Amino acid sequence: MSDVTLLPPAAGGDPGDPDSTTASAAASTDTKADPGTVGQWRMMWRRFRRHRLAMTAAVVLGMIYFVAIFAEFLAPYSPSTRFDDLQYAPPQLIRPVDTSDGFAIGLFAHGYEVTTNEETQRRTVSIDESVTAELGFFVKGEEYELFGLIPWDRHFIGPTDPDNPVFVLGTDRLGRDMLSRLVHGTRVSMSIGLVGVAASMVIGILIGGLSGYYGGAVDTAAQRLIEFIMCIPTLPLWMMLAASVPDDWGVLTKYFAITVILSVIGWTDLARVVRGRFLALREEDFVEAARLDNCGSLRIIRRYLLPSFSSHIIAALTLAIPAMILAETALSFLGLGMQAPAVSWGVLLQEAQNVRSLVSAPWLLIPGIAVVVAVLALNFVGDGLRDAADPYNTGGRRWRKRT
Amino acid sequence: MMTQFVIRRVLYMIPTLIAVSIVTFLVIQAPPGDYLTTVVARLEAEGQYVDRGQLDALRERYGLDESVWVQYWRWITGIVLHGDFGQSLVYSAPVSDVIQERLGLTILLSVTTLAFVWAVAIPIGMYSAVRRYSVGDYAATFVGFIGLAIPNFLIALILLYVSYRYLGQSVGGLFSPEFVDARWNLGKVLDLLAHLWIPVVIIGTAGTAGMIRVVRANLLDELNRPYVVTARAKGLPERRLLIKYPSRIAASPIVSTVGWLLPSLISAEIIVSVVLSLPTTGPVMLRALESQDMYLAGSFLLVLSVLTVVGTLISDILLARLDPRIRYGRR
Repeated sequence: MSDVTLLPPAAGGDPGDPDSTTASAAASTDTKADPGTVGQWRMMWRRFRRHRLAMTAAVVLGMIYFVAIFAEFLAPYSPSTRFDDLQYAPPQLIRPVDTSDGFAIGLFAHGYEVTTNEETQRRTVSIDESVTAELGFFVKGEEYELFGLIPWDRHFIGPTDPDNPVFVLGTDRLGRDMLSRLVHGTRVSMSIGLVGVAASMVIGILIGGLSGYYGGAVDTAAQRLIEFIMCIPTLPLWMMLAASVPDDWGVLTKYFAITVILSVIGWTDLARVVRGRFLALREEDFVEAARLDNCGSLRIIRRYLLPSFSSHIIAALTLAIPAMILAETALSFLGLGMQAPAVSWGVLLQEAQNVRSLVSAPWLLIPGIAVVVAVLALNFVGDGLRDAADPYNTGGRRWRKRT
Repeated sequence: MMTQFVIRRVLYMIPTLIAVSIVTFLVIQAPPGDYLTTVVARLEAEGQYVDRGQLDALRERYGLDESVWVQYWRWITGIVLHGDFGQSLVYSAPVSDVIQERLGLTILLSVTTLAFVWAVAIPIGMYSAVRRYSVGDYAATFVGFIGLAIPNFLIALILLYVSYRYLGQSVGGLFSPEFVDARWNLGKVLDLLAHLWIPVVIIGTAGTAGMIRVVRANLLDELNRPYVVTARAKGLPERRLLIKYPSRIAASPIVSTVGWLLPSLISAEIIVSVVLSLPTTGPVMLRALESQDMYLAGSFLLVLSVLTVVGTLISDILLARLDPRIRYGRR
């Protein structure tokens, strides 16, 4: 589904266009560029930069991965810290100005008050506007170890008074801060896509490459295998495989088990892309020339074929990550993927599964927004990379009106 | 020629079906340990009583003390020759009974969604291609991107929240309470139709978004072909030209999308039906997996995969009727 193009068929560039004159240089592997020519990666970057939407998405994506890396520092609390009185506390609005006690500039939020319903004995947490809690940057909070190595107790943002907690995105059923959980969940959700894609890449490139390079019976066999895997409904198969992972496996083992399960199916799309490129490049003159020069097939693949489509592979890999993220979210949502104490966006969304908790705490759906933003950003970046990777495509033009 | 093609495709399907059954069986066997021991431990932990005699019968039935291949052979011959999928311990009923009730609605839901996806995506995709770079095209592209990015269970959750919060009613289920256990009659069918559209729209979102892109790309490939220019030069009205020529050529790749659309619709159907608690395969399969009732879950996987293979076969045959090049050419 991902190799559908929005583009019109490659429009041959006009002769004056610098991109099309250097197109042949892009195919060569020469990294020491001759005067007047630009290397393959430089050209790709130039074309990518012209793609405004993709650039914006790349910035967003960079921020998401930044959050994933520095989760402990950026989150005000740890994902498992419980505030026992403050269950299902609603999100708070942050105001830049406080007028409750004169006039002050900074970051302020209100406090919480807990009321108990006499009849049902159910406690509800509501916002108490008479209390003011101040937020600060680099505040002292719970101790943690950054990257599991550096012990520290500073948090990027948090309440200055630890007894007056502030939950920007509210709390969940057990009184845990949703913002902190969301930030920590970013790590698992965003990395599982990368690891899963890396695993699929190995299988995909190997099988796709063999099938495209040798053709014939190897190709037929590989294509049959791919067609077969594609006709099995993905989610039920994933569910069955995920359910057979033993419960007593640790978080890390489970994490790798899930990535392996995701790549069991994920490699097929990549293999198709690689095979397609191989089939197209096999007929190119420079490959023929290398063959006539008596190069072995391994050398041809490594020196001539791989460099000329590695940019395409990177684009295809980027486009494969969102599917992995969505799959992990779906599996964890069903309770078959990652499980508590691990935190991922899917695990967080599982909390919102029944109508009652959804109605009393609609902010539990916020991790869903994170999923959508991440997937959109990856799709845009992937599309931008794919357009930039094609030497015959004169970049950014598709977004402009052609007359 | 057509008959020959159909026969060839049907024969072609047999190895696929065998492979599907082997994969399913391997997945059933995947959890470590003895199937029965695991299920019984789970069920007894939940406080459910399991009859020992029934267990011994099952052990004999699945051939659990014998080699894997004997087990596979017993399992598959039971299904093919007797329609016997085994016994579900979770539901204490034959698996085939559990599946049967649910499967009909799953098929109905999937086929309706398929029709919905086509009905919505084809006109929008055609519009997008013809009026390229117009506001409508950008809007369609935007909606398409969003549709692909939102997990469909999230849409279901949002809908659940909105309907409960603002309309004061739950959108879950496929029937009104008074019809759930009723026998099939006209009233129940109408009631089903009144409920069906919600899951259909939710399940169809991602498929529709993908389809719009396919239709647009395919039609764009055709729009600048010389035959279109010729027809236009002859003075054919634009609308008639579009429907008479390029759309027909662009149609065959669209029909062939059933191959990937159907598996993804079934996947979507499973997760959405869990959220909306629809009486289809999804919730039962999840329940079976939670208590490690692998034979029940595996039967669902097998039946759903076989349905997909058959669905793809039907679409291939339709395609061959539509496009003689496929019928005569090598596949």
